[in-house]
Amino acid sequence: MAEENVLQELEDALVNGLEELKSIANEETLLAWRYKYLGKNAVSKHAFQNINKLPTDLRQLVGQTANRVRVELESALAERSESIKESALAASIASEKLDVTLPGRPLTPGRLHPDTQMLRELYRVFGEMGFQVYRSREVETDEYNFQLLNFPVGHPARDMQDTYFVEAGERGDNPIVMRTHTSPGQVRSMREYAATNPENPPAIRLVLPGMCYRYEQTDARHETQFDQIEGIAVGEGITFSNLKATLSDLARRLFGQNVRTRFRASYFPFTEPSAEFDVECFLCGGKGCAVCGGGWLEIGGCGMVNPNVLRNGGYDPERYSGFAFGLGPQRIAMLRYGINDIRYFWENDLRFLEQF
Amino acid sequence: MKAPLSWIKEFVDIDLPLAELAHLITMAGMEVEEVKFIGLPMPAPGTLDAKVTGLEWDREKIVAASISEVLPHPNADRLTLCKLFDGEREHLVLTGAPNLFEFKGIGPLAKPLMVAYAKEGAQIYDGHAEGLVLTTLKPAKIRGVDSYSMVCSEKELGISEEHEGIMFLADDVKAGTPLADVLGDAVIEVNLLPSFARCASILGLAREIAAITGKPLKLPKWDEQPPAGKADFCTIEITEPKNNPRFTAGLVRNVKVGPSPEWVQRRLKMYGMRAINNIVDATNYAMIELGEPLHAFDYDKLLKRAAGKPVKIITRAAKAGEKITTLDGIERKLDPFTTLVCDEAGSLSMAGIMGGLETEVTEDTTNVLLEGAVWNMINIRKTAKAHNLNSEASYRMSRGVHPAMAERGQRRCLEFMRAWAGGEVAPGLADAYPLPAIDPAVEVTEKDVKRWLGIEIPALQMAELLARLEFKVEVSGTSVKATCPDHRLDINEGVVGKADLVEEIARVYGYDNIPEMRMADTLPPQIGNPVLVKEERVRDLLVALGLQEAISYRWSTPEREAKRLSPDAEQDNKPYVKIANPLAYEKGFLRHSVLASVLDVAERNARIRERLAFFEIGPIFLAGEDPGGLPDELKRLAVVLGGARSAVGWQAADTGAMDFYDLKGVVNGLLQGLRLNDVKYESGEHPSYHPGKCAHVLVGDKQIGVMGELHPKVKGNYDFPTTFKAPVLAAEFDLDLLIELVPPLYQTVDVPVFPPVIEDLAFIMDEELTAEKAEALIRQTGGKLLADVKLFDIFRGEQIGAGKKSLAYKLTYIAPDRTLEAAEVSTMRNKIIKRMEHEFKAKLRG
Ligand SMILES: [Zn+2]
Repeated sequence: MAEENVLQELEDALVNGLEELKSIANEETLLAWRYKYLGKNAVSKHAFQNINKLPTDLRQLVGQTANRVRVELESALAERSESIKESALAASIASEKLDVTLPGRPLTPGRLHPDTQMLRELYRVFGEMGFQVYRSREVETDEYNFQLLNFPVGHPARDMQDTYFVEAGERGDNPIVMRTHTSPGQVRSMREYAATNPENPPAIRLVLPGMCYRYEQTDARHETQFDQIEGIAVGEGITFSNLKATLSDLARRLFGQNVRTRFRASYFPFTEPSAEFDVECFLCGGKGCAVCGGGWLEIGGCGMVNPNVLRNGGYDPERYSGFAFGLGPQRIAMLRYGINDIRYFWENDLRFLEQF
Repeated sequence: MKAPLSWIKEFVDIDLPLAELAHLITMAGMEVEEVKFIGLPMPAPGTLDAKVTGLEWDREKIVAASISEVLPHPNADRLTLCKLFDGEREHLVLTGAPNLFEFKGIGPLAKPLMVAYAKEGAQIYDGHAEGLVLTTLKPAKIRGVDSYSMVCSEKELGISEEHEGIMFLADDVKAGTPLADVLGDAVIEVNLLPSFARCASILGLAREIAAITGKPLKLPKWDEQPPAGKADFCTIEITEPKNNPRFTAGLVRNVKVGPSPEWVQRRLKMYGMRAINNIVDATNYAMIELGEPLHAFDYDKLLKRAAGKPVKIITRAAKAGEKITTLDGIERKLDPFTTLVCDEAGSLSMAGIMGGLETEVTEDTTNVLLEGAVWNMINIRKTAKAHNLNSEASYRMSRGVHPAMAERGQRRCLEFMRAWAGGEVAPGLADAYPLPAIDPAVEVTEKDVKRWLGIEIPALQMAELLARLEFKVEVSGTSVKATCPDHRLDINEGVVGKADLVEEIARVYGYDNIPEMRMADTLPPQIGNPVLVKEERVRDLLVALGLQEAISYRWSTPEREAKRLSPDAEQDNKPYVKIANPLAYEKGFLRHSVLASVLDVAERNARIRERLAFFEIGPIFLAGEDPGGLPDELKRLAVVLGGARSAVGWQAADTGAMDFYDLKGVVNGLLQGLRLNDVKYESGEHPSYHPGKCAHVLVGDKQIGVMGELHPKVKGNYDFPTTFKAPVLAAEFDLDLLIELVPPLYQTVDVPVFPPVIEDLAFIMDEELTAEKAEALIRQTGGKLLADVKLFDIFRGEQIGAGKKSLAYKLTYIAPDRTLEAAEVSTMRNKIIKRMEHEFKAKLRG
């Protein structure tokens, strides 16, 4: 073979190789190209293998040329290979496009009943304010439900709480009733605390949650079985202004930091002074709307524990004072979530429960 | 209690806008529920915090007018044409009012009739429509006569329901005066709580308004009648002073019974009572004004009954079997506790509630004996309840009326009768007052106010606030001695009396003016509520396991609850706690089973969801040992599962029906989560469940509950839709016991440092051998190094023979301190294989 031919072959291989590489678009063709231009039969490989057959003066030139051709082809290959991988990935990504609007796999999470959720929120807020939870029975005696709470037998105040009676034989003035409020727990808890130290009964800060019952027809606003949470604080320096602060703090926690509260004079046999506790409507900002009417929402009743009740609980009213208040967790939930019918709560229709 | 503003203004000056007045009344404890406007300008929406109703009268278009002549209508007998002057010009106005017929065609009237006149374009109520329908006057032709305006009835102006004829105004009104200036009013309706009994009167409300606005109270005159002298017309005997502390009687002779003055009738109607005649109206008017119910007897009928003897009024309890026919014509059987007003011939009226028919005042009455008495509120309430008789009198008497008001009401009413019905009031008042009221005098100090309210109010100011409510006050130093005024019964003696006074001080001072101060008192002992904490943990675990919490009504019926039991099995024979006065039979029994409640919930939701998973925590109620005592309230947890394992989506998923083992997964997840050790499931029976698919759940040797697949007959008792073919799984636990068994603490183990050795072993064994026993033996044999045993396959088939099953386990060996050698593991494996063969004849499956 002529020496010039070797050099020309090398240069041709370079030009042809680069030219062919341009049109290669997949890994397989690339492999074939590699075999052809960089494999063991490639021109550059031959040049090296046969270098000793060349005249001495040409050996260096051919060696250098073969090396240059090889390096250039290798680097072109690397570049091409990278670009082919990139476009393959791009094509694959393009082909994998999902319809992200299709629904996700349906999971079936469990849920707490909305009333439980509401109660837990109240426990948490009250807990931070130092009130612990105290629960007591739902079927009560007239004595605990009424008499010890300063509702004497036959008193007109009893008309405020229409009562379910339980069949229990002749018990005279002390029939068994479905509790009409959680307040029997006031006397029960006071007696329990006072029993620990009758001479110096300890201070009390409790919330009393639970189911209550009133003998009335149900409609969207009235339920004959409903939930209540009541708070009581007893100590040697508890005042009405403490009551106002406690309930205003509660309102801010439940309804927003800027919400205003108001206390209207009212009457409950077991508190004196008594008040209704209203919160500025958080739905309309107090401007007045279909829910609140005049800008205020009635949230609950409250007052200073009546001296008779303190005495019945074992606390000397000359020394101790206390406040008590009652709220409706269902009412709060109804206001917050726009629930239009209180009967939804105990009907347990999943279409209601799943919204919480 | 409804109160026309004009009436209140007789006793106190009011210069506040109505919205502000209503707000003050509400804040002072008498919630204003509604303000009905009668002609006066109505406030902008949202500015008055109460229901606002009524009609505002256009000052230009609704005016007073005078009718000078009533002419017949040319084409209609029932219509008249009035020659009417509206202050500007004369009109011929068409009307059909029957009370104008007497003036028809008699020529010009000697004295013009003053009427309310609505001009074209005025907005009034349609007098002929049912209820209140607004209409605007437009020109029309009625029977050939142009009509564009009208003379109005009370209904058309929104004063009352009255539409029998047109309304007449006082003679001294000037034609053309806007009607709003003549009759414009507003009726304020307040909700009176039991402690505000004293405010069931115009004067009572006016007194509160005077106190909170700082205006003087103008008391009515109640000393004009009767003339001085000794009452010789009757004697009074009170047999039970406790029930009748005071009885007064007065007499008016030669009255002429007829209609009351127009303004009296209008006020009664605005209050919500019918006008009857001047005598009855006088008793009602005085009652509304002062709060003392009064009753008028026909004196001649009493004389006749006395048959020549002097009239003697006796008040006493009803005798056995005694009856009375009341004013409403109903004959009533009386209970022995009912108090009666009687004479020597028998009963006259149900005291404080309703008069008797026989001695009532009629058109022919000429002499009237007036009763002004007070009765025991508890006693009256009992009688009123027994007869379901809520009269205006019983409303007040059952809330308490002060005996001093008996005399005041009596005197005031005698004057009304004289003024409205003529006649002469006989001298003297017959007055029996065997149980004089004691008006408590209570000392309240600045310290008391500070202790209860948290603020400092000087004694002088305290006294001033109380004096506004007519307390008699004496100040000495920092103390005020306040004597309760003789019109209220709600102030007590002693420390409760102090609280009563502090409340009155706070009310007049204004709750709004008491600042908020956070509690600075000693904190109570921290006791905690571990039972609640554990109960909430149960809820959280069940929610985490995918269950929805339900809360049901506590009541049910034995029939509904019996559905949870198979009809072939033993029934629930425990007596129910029954409601004595249920709203309906369905709400008459306190439940025995929370499971029954949750099954109802599942049944209700089976039509709307393919997957059901519910739980409920709550009490059941069982009659205690003593049938007359309080029932036991026992806490239960019930779980119900049924239907698709996973919700159905658009991709393939395990939507097969849940079975016993789904339930067991939930139960086990719960019990493990509660860190209960030593939990056992024993095949058992229960009337709710399929006998082959029921387990008793034990912790140690205590049974905490039962679980299983509902007996097909039990499932059949419920109305599951036919498409709901899946079994229903259920469980009920004694939550009181379960919570008691939950340990307060639990221990953890270290995360292993050395690699585990894991291998699979499958054993062929008899079908009867339970999985529990097999696993227990493997664990026992493996000892401490066998960290976990997991069943991963069960196989049955010809290859292993009939009556056999193969259980395949994945065993995990771990040593806490070293990497296990292959030889150690193989020794252990051989031991396990040998023992399984020896104890259970279980063969290793090759
Ligand atoms: Zn609002």
